[in-house]
Amino acid sequence: MTGKEEARNTRTIAVDLVARVEGEGALRVTVKDGTVQDVELRIFEPPRFFEAFLQGRHYSEVPDIVARICGICPVAYQMSAVHAIEQVFGLHVDGALRDLRRLLYCGEWIESHALHVYLLQAPDFLGYDSGIAMAKDHPAVVTRGLRLKKAGNAIMTLLGGRSVHPVSVKVGGFSRVPLRSELNGLKEELLWARDAAIETVRWVADFDYPDFMPDYTYVALHHPDEYPFNEGQVAVSNGLQISTTEFEQHFVEHQVSYSTALHCTLQGTSYLVGPLARLNSNQDHLTPLVQQVLADTRTVMPLRNPFHGIIARSVEILYALEESLRLIDRYEPPPVSALPVVVRSGTGMACTEAPRGILYHRYQVDGDGVIREAKIVPPTSQNQSRIEQDLRLFLPRLLQLPDQEVALACERVIRCYDPCISCATHFLNLEITREGVA
Amino acid sequence: MSNPELRQRPRLAVIKFASCDGCQLSILNLEEDLLALGQALDIAYFPEASSDMRAGPYDIALVEGSITTAEDAHRILSVRQQTKVLITIGACATAGGIQALRNWGDIEAYKQAVYPRPDYIQSLSTSTPISEHVHVDFELWGCPIEKGQLLRVITDLVGGVQLRLPADSVCLECKRRGNVCVVVAKGMPCLGPVTRTGCGAICPAMGRDCYGCFGPSEGARKGPGLPPNTTSLAKHFHDELQLIPVEVLRRFRGINGAVDPFRNESTVWENKG
Repeated sequence: MTGKEEARNTRTIAVDLVARVEGEGALRVTVKDGTVQDVELRIFEPPRFFEAFLQGRHYSEVPDIVARICGICPVAYQMSAVHAIEQVFGLHVDGALRDLRRLLYCGEWIESHALHVYLLQAPDFLGYDSGIAMAKDHPAVVTRGLRLKKAGNAIMTLLGGRSVHPVSVKVGGFSRVPLRSELNGLKEELLWARDAAIETVRWVADFDYPDFMPDYTYVALHHPDEYPFNEGQVAVSNGLQISTTEFEQHFVEHQVSYSTALHCTLQGTSYLVGPLARLNSNQDHLTPLVQQVLADTRTVMPLRNPFHGIIARSVEILYALEESLRLIDRYEPPPVSALPVVVRSGTGMACTEAPRGILYHRYQVDGDGVIREAKIVPPTSQNQSRIEQDLRLFLPRLLQLPDQEVALACERVIRCYDPCISCATHFLNLEITREGVA
Repeated sequence: MSNPELRQRPRLAVIKFASCDGCQLSILNLEEDLLALGQALDIAYFPEASSDMRAGPYDIALVEGSITTAEDAHRILSVRQQTKVLITIGACATAGGIQALRNWGDIEAYKQAVYPRPDYIQSLSTSTPISEHVHVDFELWGCPIEKGQLLRVITDLVGGVQLRLPADSVCLECKRRGNVCVVVAKGMPCLGPVTRTGCGAICPAMGRDCYGCFGPSEGARKGPGLPPNTTSLAKHFHDELQLIPVEVLRRFRGINGAVDPFRNESTVWENKG
């Protein structure tokens, strides 16, 4: 795992696999004379070529296919896909069908965030290797987290048939919509979960956080009336606000030799997407209860520390539960489960807010409804450059530590982003090369 | 294994190849049973859930994902060597997965479609199931796997019971659930009649056609049963439901499109197109 190349007076530290992230990646750090020279987040996840084999498939198959890009956030892929294709067909899904999409998305945020907060990131703050190990000393806490996660899964299972790769999402709406009584059946558990989410925010707000505040450019959707899920303008913290159709004019993907995931940058610079960016850009749409819990825990906005991502996720779990209860209370079954589709050729683009941040899709569809071209920009591709940048900034304070501790600390920084390497393609394997005097 | 203290707990490894992580998430979705699993088994290697990663040998390995790179083709051999009971979890590991659609494409063209510098990308031209590389002791189908089936297989394994899961078609489950048949009532090209049971017939229950994510029903690949009659179903799609050949092809060339008889059936319709 660790080695020293005497001849070149270099020192190499490697961790083979960074744990508790979705997928597999590596990190290579070069240190020369005590200064960080280079940081490369290397993603070795074998590419699966979704954008290529989507060509030639019928538009109606796209939600089932793109869900398979990520088992953790399949709804996000389905949502960006149906919105982009609906743009081609000039279809606008509104009313109860729009609410149900939002509710399904709430379920995914709750499930995905609870997984990350309790099983993936909290063990770093409490000193455990896993949530399962943490359960031995903190059974009540871990049980609360698992039940919270289950509440998110319950929403997805009711609306989608199952929580991983739900089956009901289609262009125009759903294959089936729930009865009022079915949705009401969720309420008791969601009310419990709302209290558990308040406890979660309080719990994580008390963790010890390193003092670290990089100067971020945040990017998140912004909607005039609501906290963003399915719709909104792409808002950058520097003031730029664009329509999702202009995304590719500003955000450019490029490839680096050491990764199978493309890097996406904004005018050549790195930026941050995800819960921190979303929360900071959309504070005005939080509910009074969320505002109150933020005040009670003395959480000062905007959050600028990447380690506070766990707070942002917990706050979003609470928001998503409140929003779910609101949507359920006002639900009246729509007259049809899906709007009729009239196929026409064209190109459509959409961004929605996946649990880990903005997810962009573009499809070119021909007159038979067959996909001619597809482009997908997942959140982790967008955060990759920013993760590397943060490691560059965080590493100097670690360099006096032994190699293994540096490696563990770097892993913790990487986990702050909840990177989904399956999405970005996948393999975290840390390698640090030290040259000259450490 | 009624008293885990009496003997050493079996050592479990969860290992990933090319996949979406959804089957591993199904393990984490066991929720309260997850903690019980952590007590009954020694989770020695599960990087997605734990930083505590210990080297083999392992008593049980759950393998997610398909083989798509030369490196992975090598790695699965080492996993097999270190493992007593190797179980594949999900459509990728069991059948090659959705990424096996590349098997019909031109991998160089695929690289060019996705990457500006295709020369940086190392990838095989095929996505293949684990069983094409090493002996597999048991296969769990599904995209994703059904967590009840997973729990049953692990419980049976630990208890020394021979592993078995029902392998008849979705139709039986669909009838028991009281669904209205979507082929008969709505004219949808449902793959339920030729697809393995296990999901709970969720697609027809959600008002749509099954798309075969649990793979072909019993006997399709091995064992005593007969393969499902994909020929008859495909003919029905074409003759009665008016699907054109390329649409019939797409039905069979999906998530489990790389295994027979789904693979054969799509080839038949490719030639008719």
